[in-house]
Amino acid sequence: MSPVISVVNLSKTYGSGYTALKDINLEISRGEIFALLGPNGAGKTTLISIICGIANPSQGKVSVGGHDIIQSYRAARSLIGLVPQELHTDAFETVWATVSFSRGLFGKPRNPAYIEKVLKDLSLWDRKDSKIVTLSGGMKRRVMIAKALSHEPQILFLDEPTAGVDVELRKGMWEVVRGLQTSGVTIILTTHYIEEAEQMADRIGVINKGEIILVEEKARLMQKLGKKQLKLQLQGRIEAIPPELAAYHLELSGDGNELTYHYDTQSERTGITSLLGDLRNAGIRFYDLDTRQSSLEDIFVSLVR
Amino acid sequence: MNFRAIGAIYKFEMARTGRTLVQSIVSPVVSTSLYFVVFGAAIGSRITQIEGVSYGTFIVPGLVMLSVLTQSIANASFGIYFPKFVGTIYEILSAPISHVEIVLGYVGAAATKSIVLGLIILATAGLFVPLHIHHPIWMLTFLVLTAVTFSLFGFIIGIWADGFEKLQMIPMLVVTPLTFLGGSFYSVNMLPSGWRTITLLNPVVYLISGFRWSFYEIADVSLGLSVSMTVSFLLGCMIVVWWIFKTGYRLKN
Repeated sequence: MSPVISVVNLSKTYGSGYTALKDINLEISRGEIFALLGPNGAGKTTLISIICGIANPSQGKVSVGGHDIIQSYRAARSLIGLVPQELHTDAFETVWATVSFSRGLFGKPRNPAYIEKVLKDLSLWDRKDSKIVTLSGGMKRRVMIAKALSHEPQILFLDEPTAGVDVELRKGMWEVVRGLQTSGVTIILTTHYIEEAEQMADRIGVINKGEIILVEEKARLMQKLGKKQLKLQLQGRIEAIPPELAAYHLELSGDGNELTYHYDTQSERTGITSLLGDLRNAGIRFYDLDTRQSSLEDIFVSLVR
Repeated sequence: MNFRAIGAIYKFEMARTGRTLVQSIVSPVVSTSLYFVVFGAAIGSRITQIEGVSYGTFIVPGLVMLSVLTQSIANASFGIYFPKFVGTIYEILSAPISHVEIVLGYVGAAATKSIVLGLIILATAGLFVPLHIHHPIWMLTFLVLTAVTFSLFGFIIGIWADGFEKLQMIPMLVVTPLTFLGGSFYSVNMLPSGWRTITLLNPVVYLISGFRWSFYEIADVSLGLSVSMTVSFLLGCMIVVWWIFKTGYRLKN
């Protein structure tokens, strides 16, 4: 299947000489949720801005739905809805007016029924006649999403959409996002809540210092770069790890009551069976054990460190 | 052509005027009426006629132009600067709209407001001084041309400005003095020849002269020259706007 977004050799250098993007190559598949992760200043927003037409590229090509963003900007942009990172709103407009304005900008005919549905989906219907200045931060964020959805886009960019939104509303938002994906909308999101990317994304891209350092299916990424830990709660405190267990590189907790063993799920042997046997031979007994897989956050931190 | 987008921007801008009616319409009408009262009814009665027209009547075209010029610039510059300031410009830039359509929306709304204001001021002037418009079509042509040209100029200022101080700088320090010195309150022919030559470097002279001719058939420069100069300024503004969008100056960088 041809990608819905294709970025080829994209670079961006600002007038100040600062290079925000360096030779980016990226393809986004139709209907997927793609999470773009990166520390502050990595180039996430610049990349999104160029794809959406807000910033000019210095070099390279971008196509959206097969349309070049420069030559066929109308066709390309009409497919995109953008929820920017900052809460940019017209304070004195009503919710209904600002969402309808967004639809008009994209050349769509009036469709009050659709706007009503969007506002209801985002729990904004009761505030449709309220001026934006009177809304809470979370509501303003949802207004931004409603504006982005107002023209029925096929691709939705969500740049830190849940920043400042409480947990309950955040869950509601992700339900809306899931619903959009089900209806065929491609979602590209950046978020600081990496557990959200872990829950939501089909694929993960990591950008750092203007370069894409990794693009991988989430499940494969977790499998490939994820590490597992086995924690053993000891029946009795030990002073030190016996020398005959040195090969396992165990960690002993400060109070001497817990041993941690790191193992790789991808390797042929995890070493757990032999470890448990060697522990018994060394006279170390345990009363409980549990395993933990490293999170996407752990992987992300190790990648950008 | 994305007519719906043009309409959306236009309606949005006009709605803003509706919300700020006192500032947009009432305030300039009141302040211009004060000029009519002071220079027309009070002082004007003691000033001799200028080229066969009473002083109060003579200054009407200049005062209308003064309001149209300043309001065109203010409306258009604020219209595009404010989305830049609050960040909502992202929506305009990411929409499937051409540069021409963006300009039509913002400049069209700004020019409409100025034209309406100009006509209201003209009607108000009729309450204070006797008015007769010899060439109403030319009067409207100059009104529209001036409103569009200076709305374009205001649009450029709004893009260029990176703070509210800069937004006010050109209208306050350049446009208002040029308008006052451009024959709003006197005929350029009344000046000594040296000053007259210098005054002819002021582009506003040509606007006011042409506009006043449409009322009383009296002018400082020929009608053809007035039209040519106004159109030249309009073309100059269009070239600058084209360059702004081509380079993304202060919009996309």
